[in-house]
Amino acid sequence: MTNILEVQNLVKNYGDFQAVKGVSFNIEEGEIFSLLGPNGAGKTTTISMLSTLYTPTSGDAVVGGHSVTKDPMAVRGVIGVVPQDLALYEDLTARENLIFWGQMYNLSGKSLNIRVDEVLEQIGLTDKAKNRVKTFSGGMKRRVNIGVGLLHKPRLLFMDEPTVGIDPQSRRAILDTVKDLNKQGMTLLYTTHYMEEAEELSNRVGIIDHGELIAIGTQKELTQQVGQAETLVLHVSENDDSEALAKSLKGIQGVQQAEAVDHEVSIVCAEAEDVLAAVVTKANERGIKIRSIDIREPNLEAVFLHLTGRALRD
Amino acid sequence: MLKTFLIGIKDLRLAFRDRAALILMLAAPFVLTLGLGLVTGRFSSNNNSGLSDIPVIIVNLDNEQLGDALTDVFTSEELANLMEPAIGSDPEAARKSIDEDEAAAVVIIPEGFTRSIIPQQGDFNNPAETVKIEVYANPSRPTGAGIVKAIVDEFLSRVNEGSLSGSVSILQLMLSGRITPQQAEAAGLAMTEQLQTNPTDSALAITINSSTANGEEVKFDILAYLAPGMALMFLMYTVSYGGRSILAEKTQGTLPRLLVSPTSSTQILGGKVFGIFLTGAAQMLILIGASSLFFQLKWGDPIGVVILVLAAVFGATGWGMFITAMARTPAQVASVGSAIMLIFGIMGGSFISLDQMPPAIQTFSKITPNAWALDGFTTLALGGTLTNLSTPITALLSMGMILFLVSVVLFGKKNLVQK
Ligand SMILES: Nc1ncnc2c1ncn2[C@@H]1O[C@H](COP(=O)(O)OP(=O)(O)OP(=O)(O)O)[C@@H](O)[C@H]1O
Ligand SMILES: [Mg+2]
Repeated sequence: MTNILEVQNLVKNYGDFQAVKGVSFNIEEGEIFSLLGPNGAGKTTTISMLSTLYTPTSGDAVVGGHSVTKDPMAVRGVIGVVPQDLALYEDLTARENLIFWGQMYNLSGKSLNIRVDEVLEQIGLTDKAKNRVKTFSGGMKRRVNIGVGLLHKPRLLFMDEPTVGIDPQSRRAILDTVKDLNKQGMTLLYTTHYMEEAEELSNRVGIIDHGELIAIGTQKELTQQVGQAETLVLHVSENDDSEALAKSLKGIQGVQQAEAVDHEVSIVCAEAEDVLAAVVTKANERGIKIRSIDIREPNLEAVFLHLTGRALRD
Repeated sequence: MLKTFLIGIKDLRLAFRDRAALILMLAAPFVLTLGLGLVTGRFSSNNNSGLSDIPVIIVNLDNEQLGDALTDVFTSEELANLMEPAIGSDPEAARKSIDEDEAAAVVIIPEGFTRSIIPQQGDFNNPAETVKIEVYANPSRPTGAGIVKAIVDEFLSRVNEGSLSGSVSILQLMLSGRITPQQAEAAGLAMTEQLQTNPTDSALAITINSSTANGEEVKFDILAYLAPGMALMFLMYTVSYGGRSILAEKTQGTLPRLLVSPTSSTQILGGKVFGIFLTGAAQMLILIGASSLFFQLKWGDPIGVVILVLAAVFGATGWGMFITAMARTPAQVASVGSAIMLIFGIMGGSFISLDQMPPAIQTFSKITPNAWALDGFTTLALGGTLTNLSTPITALLSMGMILFLVSVVLFGKKNLVQK
């Protein structure tokens, strides 16, 4: 795998205040990489440097082979940017916005029109294309904001908290779009302060706090790093005795803990796959009907808590 | 280049979609022109010029047909409202009173002026050199002086058109409003015929029906002053609106977004400036079109009007950029912009003719695009053409260039976007 982005010791000072304190990481071609961090962690500042908006105080980053400090114009051709705050012309229609931004990305004529139609389809706004953006709901505006970043089919897309402040339905649509884009071969750098989003989307996660990258790796690597176990959740039917089942499960090798709450039995273990068969057998023996099974990997919230002593969201 | 153009077009479109902006760009100047026109009685039958009683000193040293004719023009009943003529005899004293700001201009008709144009009997072998009329203008009253000059120019062009002495009296009659230009032409032809058949009889007496008098040629329509005055005042609104949009794009995030696209900051700034220019030009041309259509206002030579509009918008755009470069937030641009719009409007002569203002204000008015452009529009309305506009156009273009350069330096210092 080749790296499409290599970040080397990036620093950004705002006057006396150091917002980003020497961050280094790589993103491989084809992956979704999430930067997870609370408000003020330095996510937007980092993205702003990577997208050539801000000049780094020191350090550098190489995007698709081009240095952000030495050849920013070349970098801009490789990347697409979806800024955290909406950046649209509210008095233009969705279509006019996309056309204008497409032109700024050197698209023109028929190919621009075709591409705009594709993007409208992709963000689900074909019907509303002729309405002015100012008449849109927050979620619809967010989708146009994303659409603008997709027009020139960038190899690497930066998305800065694209789901902040919108309804669950729009959020779902956006997360699905992100996954679709990745399936089509786009590499993504996604920032968020929602642990669930990072967990759902990313191949690898970087946890950023106070301008420092405090951990990096796959979700599994990160959670194991702090010794967190997985949780297996059994949903049983109402008539069954979940308490008794929980008690009996404690005897299975590899199960660290088993607890029943209402009709759910949570089993904490190092590796869910290792104990799954034994758990199911035990339930069958007792004649308990399992309605569904969830495997919950240890979450990043816990990792953040472990590393910083603070919760991700205050 | 292309992107600069596209950004400009985008801004033009946005401005024309902003209802509040449209009201100030188009509706306000139109309604104000209409209102002031009503107040000054432009729409009643009794025409009354808002530009009135321009003090002018006539020194007629010629004392023959043409000199007298020109003097009559200035003292005629038709120009009684517009002009406040005084007859002088000493050119030096007259020039001095200009230097003391007592009049807008002095017209000196030198001795022998008539003879130099109409050779008298016996002079044919020895034609006199053309003696030139001198208009000594008061630089602090450009509009008044411009009108005087326009009248003299008009007179001279009539004189040049006719090589016959008979035409002089026609001109005299026409300028003083007793015959129309059409009648003058017919009379001139008739006279030519008569002269050809009877060359000795050159002192013709022409009798014309004086009831057809309307003296269109030199009458000055008050709206030709009010309409550009109002349009120019609200042009200052448009340029500050455009300047504000530069800072607004920064706060609304579209400027950073442009900066991370493969578009250079020069293209972006150029596009924004072009957008201001386009919007201002569109505003002016719409207002000019509307006033021609609804008020039957004659702006004069169309080429001159278009070039003057472009120069005025250029100068005003410079101010828009400058205000923006000085301000920190869009709100600051808006408030400073409105203040400048009013100050420039008043001091630049949009409401009251500069000739009637104290000298200090007349001097101050030189920094406003309003005063220069208004001067040009007045010249055009009085029948001037592009060739008479070199001073205002040069002033407006230089103003724009200087302000633009200063703004670019300020923008650079302020580091508009990069952090
Ligand atoms: N222009 C600026 N001038 C001074 N300080 C700034 C500036 N922009 C950001 N900061 C500070 O830098 C730090 C990092 O800000 P940044 O916007 O990068 O955080 P973030 O991770 O994107 O936060 P959020 O989740 O709220 O978007 C914050 O403490 C912020 O207050
Ligand atoms: Mg942010």
